[in-house]
Amino acid sequence: LLPLSESEQQRYSELFSRCCPPPEAAAGGSSVGELFRASQLPPDTLHQITEVCGAKRVGYFGPAQFYIALKLIAAAQSGFPVRIESIKNEMPLPRFMALKNDSEVRYGTPAELHGVKFQVPHATLEKNSYKRTDEGDKQEPKSPPLSPICSPPASPSTYQRIPLSYGYGKSRSGLEQQHAAPYEVRHPTHQQDRPSSGNYGAKPALASSTLNRSLSAEREQLESSTHYSDDPWRITEEQRDYYINQFRSLQPELNSFISGSVAKNFFTKSKLPIPELSHIWELSDVDCDGALTLPEFCAAFHLVVARKNGYQLPETLPETLQPEYLQAASLKPMRDCALFDSYSELLPGSQQARDFSRTEKASAEEVPDNSALLQDAKKEDKQALKVSTPLKTIPKEFQHLTVKTAAQESNVLRARPRSRSYSSTSIEDAMKKGEEPPTPPPRPQKSHSRASSLDLNKIFQQNTQAVRSGWLPPPPPALPPRPSVSQTEQVSEVELHPQMNRPPSQAEENSSAKKEVVLTQPPSKPTRRKLRTEAQGLETPELSPTINVTSSLPAVKPHLPVQKQSSKQKRAIQTAIRKNKEANAVLARLNSELQQQLKEVHKERIALETQLEQLRPVTVL
Amino acid sequence: WPVLLSVICSPPQNYPLYIRSIPTENELKFHYTVHTSLDVVDEKISAMGKALVDQRELYLGLLYPTEDYKVYGYVTNSKVKFVMVVDSSNTALRDNEIRSMFRKLHNSYTDIMCNPFYNPGDRIHSRAFDNMVNSMMMQVC
Repeated sequence: LLPLSESEQQRYSELFSRCCPPPEAAAGGSSVGELFRASQLPPDTLHQITEVCGAKRVGYFGPAQFYIALKLIAAAQSGFPVRIESIKNEMPLPRFMALKNDSEVRYGTPAELHGVKFQVPHATLEKNSYKRTDEGDKQEPKSPPLSPICSPPASPSTYQRIPLSYGYGKSRSGLEQQHAAPYEVRHPTHQQDRPSSGNYGAKPALASSTLNRSLSAEREQLESSTHYSDDPWRITEEQRDYYINQFRSLQPELNSFISGSVAKNFFTKSKLPIPELSHIWELSDVDCDGALTLPEFCAAFHLVVARKNGYQLPETLPETLQPEYLQAASLKPMRDCALFDSYSELLPGSQQARDFSRTEKASAEEVPDNSALLQDAKKEDKQALKVSTPLKTIPKEFQHLTVKTAAQESNVLRARPRSRSYSSTSIEDAMKKGEEPPTPPPRPQKSHSRASSLDLNKIFQQNTQAVRSGWLPPPPPALPPRPSVSQTEQVSEVELHPQMNRPPSQAEENSSAKKEVVLTQPPSKPTRRKLRTEAQGLETPELSPTINVTSSLPAVKPHLPVQKQSSKQKRAIQTAIRKNKEANAVLARLNSELQQQLKEVHKERIALETQLEQLRPVTVL
Repeated sequence: WPVLLSVICSPPQNYPLYIRSIPTENELKFHYTVHTSLDVVDEKISAMGKALVDQRELYLGLLYPTEDYKVYGYVTNSKVKFVMVVDSSNTALRDNEIRSMFRKLHNSYTDIMCNPFYNPGDRIHSRAFDNMVNSMMMQVC
């Protein structure tokens, strides 16, 4: 009468044997009740299930009734109505939370389970994942369902410590749950499991080896519940990677963001009710701009996952899901390296192509929409790197201008004052960090986009005061951007005056507008600092002539008081000239691109204004 | 002391998207008040002509002899009306405060608009909005 898959058979029989100690034929009412309650369905649903499965009629929970009831529970948990027809559907195994169990069962079984199960779920997971790839559904990541009510088990967090095995042990008390977890992963109703399948695939080897460790660690951790393991709102590495992959599927540009409508479609697939999705959005879209940056997206995704696992949505965004936190935590490994690599790549100074690509990026990030940058600025982010991501959001925001105009304006107004000093310090921090790390995959755009938009911001807002103050620590503001290397970085900036980047040709630089000198201060500073570690010799001799020159009038060109530096100056000047020309070309191109963008912005603005006019009431004569 | 707040959507329907009042008894009376005040609001809109003034106030036009309360109105660029009814005995409320309250409301409303899951014309269920309104009303009372 009831088609049960193999997994379901197994699970149900286990559950049944739990609830009804053999040799009895029927399950004990109390244990059944406990089990049903653990499914976390509302009581009336449970009553309904009891009724439909026939237990009420016959007066006891025989195997048939019990199995039907379990299937109905699964149906109810998946959102299907409690009907006999529902049980015909294929659905995931019912989830039971907070089932109390013997610890032996809990700890003893993981070993066998995982040894046995990993191969199986792995294969099926892969299969399923490919099957469902095109759906692009929202994913339920590998974290097994968390028990929202009972305190400690928090598999995502435990995930971090000990892959899978601990998570299973913690969150699922009992054999069946451990069974269920991989199976659930296998049959997600609306979820995909591509990354988690990857996780599982990777983990089996680990799991078995870590099992023993984990088992003992489990016990310890059970006792000492740190905030870490308690926190269901903490995103694990695997989860984060998963979210990032999903983000990529929606928006290949990781530094950009997902528009509201795209995100809406995506999250709607999770089949959560709209009010809940609305609330999740409210929580995660911290800057209220109608779009999700990568950290916002991760937070939103994580909330959806948690909700699907039965957790109640919080009223406010937990600290571990705040964008700053996420970006600091997650991006550090990725972006850090990229950023520093780009800086280190500056040194060779031969990357024309990179310069151009950078400038393209920079030009793409127009200022008119600062909200991305400012969003970050608004948050109290101590980590510098966070700034890089929102910069990429600028072009996208641009396109969604019509959607978010009001929000943008309010955001811009709110955040603008704070963005300046914030971003300048962030570059400094970034550069400081840049000294140490290894050179990872190059992501030149990041630094440059940030720097460029930074400068662009300054130009447009003429907020040099903040910049100046922010940059005071190292050399005095009057110093022109120094080393020859800095120019390659400067090149990408949206500086309207090419010369400013040119180094020891202080004369030339000083001849250009003073404000540009100041403006380029920030970007040059990081490179300057970096260069210092690399090419001390180059810097210091130039330092003195620079100081001498700048101490005098900027307009004074060739009359360098220090004669012995003149030959070096000449050489440097020639290099500078060459590089100036290159910069000129780049900047001219940048300029044209910006003009193009400006035109587009104007068009959009005109469109908006006509719309506004249409919306206005007809004037009464 | 009684304060009622409501957000009413744009014409032609003019149905309320959000109503909150403290205290909660006599709500119906306030609803009625808000409804009648809408006419005054519309009148003022049309009277304004080209100059799109954001904040306007309704005074005394709705003061009944037995009850004393003031009704304030505010219209956004998209013709969404905010109506606030406050007790006249609450004389501490100055014009600036009313204006700032409307501004906060407008900001929160904008944030709600940014939520892609919100369809304009739906009732507002946003918790952030609720919190903001609550805190505002606490301030007043």
